[in-house]
Amino acid sequence: MRTPILSFRDVSFGYHVGHPVLEGVNFEMRPGRIAAVLGPNGAGKTTLLYLALGWLTPWRGEIRFAGIRLSDLSSRTRGRHMALVPQSEYTPFDYSALEYALLGRTPHLSPLEMPSEEDVDIALHAMEQVGIAHLARNPVPTLSGGERQLLLIARALAQIATPPSPTTSEALLLLDEPTAHLDLRNKVRIIEIMRRLRDAGVSILMTNHEPDVVLAVADDVLLIEPGHPPQFGPLQEIFTAEALSRVYGIPLRLLQTDGHRHVVWT
Amino acid sequence: MSLVSGVEAEAKKVPYRAESHGKGRGATSHAISLLDHRTLRRSLMLLGLALVLAFGLSVFVGRYPAPGVIPLERLATDELARRLVFHLRLPRLLTALLLGMTLGAAGMVFQLIFSNPLVEPGFLGVSQGAAFGAAFSIVFLGGTALFTQVSAALFALLGLALSYTLARRLRYGGWMLRLILAGIAVSALFSAGLGLLKYLADPLTQLPEITFWLLGGLSGLTWGKLLSTLPAVLLGLTVMYLYRWRLNVLSLDERIAFSLGVAAGRERALLILAAVLPTAALISVTGMIGWVGLIVPHIARRLFRADTRFSLPASMLLGGVFTLLCDDLARTLLPGEIPLGILTSLFGAAIFLFLMMTQPTKHVTKGA
Repeated sequence: MRTPILSFRDVSFGYHVGHPVLEGVNFEMRPGRIAAVLGPNGAGKTTLLYLALGWLTPWRGEIRFAGIRLSDLSSRTRGRHMALVPQSEYTPFDYSALEYALLGRTPHLSPLEMPSEEDVDIALHAMEQVGIAHLARNPVPTLSGGERQLLLIARALAQIATPPSPTTSEALLLLDEPTAHLDLRNKVRIIEIMRRLRDAGVSILMTNHEPDVVLAVADDVLLIEPGHPPQFGPLQEIFTAEALSRVYGIPLRLLQTDGHRHVVWT
Repeated sequence: MSLVSGVEAEAKKVPYRAESHGKGRGATSHAISLLDHRTLRRSLMLLGLALVLAFGLSVFVGRYPAPGVIPLERLATDELARRLVFHLRLPRLLTALLLGMTLGAAGMVFQLIFSNPLVEPGFLGVSQGAAFGAAFSIVFLGGTALFTQVSAALFALLGLALSYTLARRLRYGGWMLRLILAGIAVSALFSAGLGLLKYLADPLTQLPEITFWLLGGLSGLTWGKLLSTLPAVLLGLTVMYLYRWRLNVLSLDERIAFSLGVAAGRERALLILAAVLPTAALISVTGMIGWVGLIVPHIARRLFRADTRFSLPASMLLGGVFTLLCDDLARTLLPGEIPLGILTSLFGAAIFLFLMMTQPTKHVTKGA
């Protein structure tokens, strides 16, 4: 079996002593798959994402990226292989979209280095990958919510791109609620992009509130149930009506139409 | 209801541009041309030229022998004119130039690091600390130029150190908010202390001196004073200039910067120091010069867009031009000199209001 791209072993974490948010988190995520972190509000989904990033340090347990302990990775190496796409981001300054995507090249540059023409190329290509290359000159504040989300993904793609191949198999994208506040069309675009990235070998760990989006795109699910150790496994096994009803505390059913499953409530 | 049935159908229709990640020159020059680097570089050069011209002009502008411009032959024949230009005017102009460049660059650094277009280097207790230090020296230490300068610089740095230490101990809000709050509180403390010093000061001798220092001005600048600020100023300007692209990254959310492999806390601290040290050194000899650090970065961004790779050098050059021209007016308009701080505030505020009332609808790069 290939080395897991990301593994949590008996990880616990909390923000205040004596009040753990996550306890006993165990999972191994195989490369080239999309894993969704699902759970009710306040269950610690985003916290888990920041633990994977290394921004938060676990109380106990061990987190490894591609077999290497997170604490043993240099920050620049980590930056070249793991990219965070936040739920939203605010800048008061009028950067053009391309200038903004170009910031993703930071871990490939030393502190005093300027991005080269090749870096600009990579940034524009990343924008092409998500279908917003035509917005390259537009100021970020004039972009719509969906376009901004796509731009943040493009910046992350520029970040993990290693020439000559635009992506590497040892790359992990951490997406925090990538489809929140987006209309149907933009949701579809994001889902499609995640699939194409997965097919290109990129691993994706995302938090998500929407069971339908998870059903459409996830290979694996990490289900966080408050007060219980989270469950991790293939979508088919974890994503059941009983488990969902229990986690969200309301009766839910899974319906099958045209070979697709949908979550419905009554 | 469910989304996914729609999702599946729509997914196939989403158009994507053909992926043309060519390594050839064609693709490369196309991508880079989208950033207008060539135009921006040319505009920077024009701005640099404008700065040289402004400096050249300023050498000849003054009130000796008559208000206006000194003719060249006068310099050749008049010993007094030569002395005036070399011993009084040149160090003064160089200080104005460095002051403008430092305040412009430091303002840009502060606005980016605090991700807030309304902060400037005097922020974080620096300006009020310097003002308190100068007044303290005038009231209690006899107010010799050297004491006032050292005291102003020391209290400016003390203001920064206090703000920083307090911010670390505050238990409220994020790091940036804590710094801002601590800076406001420390500034208020110093300004209360300043008020007390003004009340205690001898109204005939000390109070006018304090007031003059608070208004800021470059009269009485000597080569010695200029040289004493040079190490801090050159070091600060160099560090800020070298970090001109990286500064963009430091304006991002801490978690994003972390994800990009940047130790944002350390680099931000370095840049704040690189901005505050030369500012403290300069205002300790010039007194308070307001609005340059706030307004010049705005103009620079308006002309050169947000990317600090260009807007930071632009802010340096524009700051130099602005301060030189203001000082020319300060020296020549009236028989007695107008304090420079008054003019920079007057024009700075006027330009600021003008900029705010003429928000651009289109984003185009204009030459300077």
